[in-house]
Amino acid sequence: MSSTTEYIVHHLTHNNVIVSDQSSGFWSIHIDTFSMSLLLGFIYLFIFTLLARRAKVENPGKLQLFFELVVEMVSQQVKDVYHGKKSKMIVPLSLTIFCWIFLMNLMDLLPVDLINFTNHLAGNPEAHWRVVPSADVNATFAMSISVLFLIIGYSIKAKGLGGWGKELISAPFGIYALPLNILFQLLELVTKPISLSLRLFGNMYAGELVFILIALLPWHTQWLLGVPWAIFHILIITLQAFIFMVLTIVYLSMAVEKH
Amino acid sequence: MEINATLLGQAITFAILVLFTMKFVWPPLNNMMEERAKKIADGLAAAEKGKQELTAAKSKIEEELKHVQLRATEIMSNAERRSDQIISEAKERAVKECEKIHSDAKAQLEQEIMRAKEQLRMRVGALVVKGAEQILKVEIDQGRHQALLASIKAEL
Repeated sequence: MSSTTEYIVHHLTHNNVIVSDQSSGFWSIHIDTFSMSLLLGFIYLFIFTLLARRAKVENPGKLQLFFELVVEMVSQQVKDVYHGKKSKMIVPLSLTIFCWIFLMNLMDLLPVDLINFTNHLAGNPEAHWRVVPSADVNATFAMSISVLFLIIGYSIKAKGLGGWGKELISAPFGIYALPLNILFQLLELVTKPISLSLRLFGNMYAGELVFILIALLPWHTQWLLGVPWAIFHILIITLQAFIFMVLTIVYLSMAVEKH
Repeated sequence: MEINATLLGQAITFAILVLFTMKFVWPPLNNMMEERAKKIADGLAAAEKGKQELTAAKSKIEEELKHVQLRATEIMSNAERRSDQIISEAKERAVKECEKIHSDAKAQLEQEIMRAKEQLRMRVGALVVKGAEQILKVEIDQGRHQALLASIKAEL
């Protein structure tokens, strides 16, 4: 039993590098999350920059059509959901969120022991390497907190600093319920990034955990659960990326609308 | 679940990705897709316009055809009328010419007759005078018997 626990814990431990020996514990970096997401981000940029370079108006190739489909879907979502003034940032932002999260989530479909196997081959079986960046709260919170700043920025840009401040103290109950208004507004602001990031994190973490549990079964029965779960997970990873993107657009749209 | 400096690194990565997409990925793609949409819209509009022009041309052709047919019948009836006229005029002229020739010939004939008569008269006159001379065996004095001779001539 202890070996099972060890196995799971080993799989769920980050490759943590402490960058400062302060006692707070904040100044350390999950090298696995950081490098994996960076790599995936570059893959995303490489593909789409190539697409943008080579995109032809006439006779697009199949590959171009596929990526155009993704871009078209994202820009259609923005068109449908975002009602604010035209923004140069919102479509690229949504596209980045969708593709990056999708790629990060996609790492969940790698066999859970693949990395450990290569570590083993490399002669370092004890090394930790969690391959799914979106199953790390740091990655999801980094994105959702960035979105929070964008929400505030969009609000201020649309309504002015005064307008936003006024809304913060006077909506939804009028100026006489000032403390209550501030409480509500702050709650509204804070819950957005938390729900965004925890939803994604929870789904990916749970998915990873289930894969690890399946990997504990005898090898000849693993496919019985592993295949359905993997197929189901293809849906989940796409859906989670999509939800994160759409909610970001919704929040930004709400940010520029008057209450 | 521990929050640490990874958060900052991830946020920076995220910002870079978004900015890069904003700068180098989205604008060319957007331009391309807008250009394509415009091209398609233009093509559809051109097709629609062509269709309209075709129907307009068709109706115009029909109208023109009708007009031409009308004109053709008009020309034909005109020509018929004109030919009739020409024929009748020619007939008339021919008749006139015929009459003229006829009358000219008649006049000439009459003149001829007159001349013949005159010559005959002269001849007869001369014969008469000669006859009388022989009968009378006297030369008739042309001068003296002028009046007599004339009256004889007139009686012939």
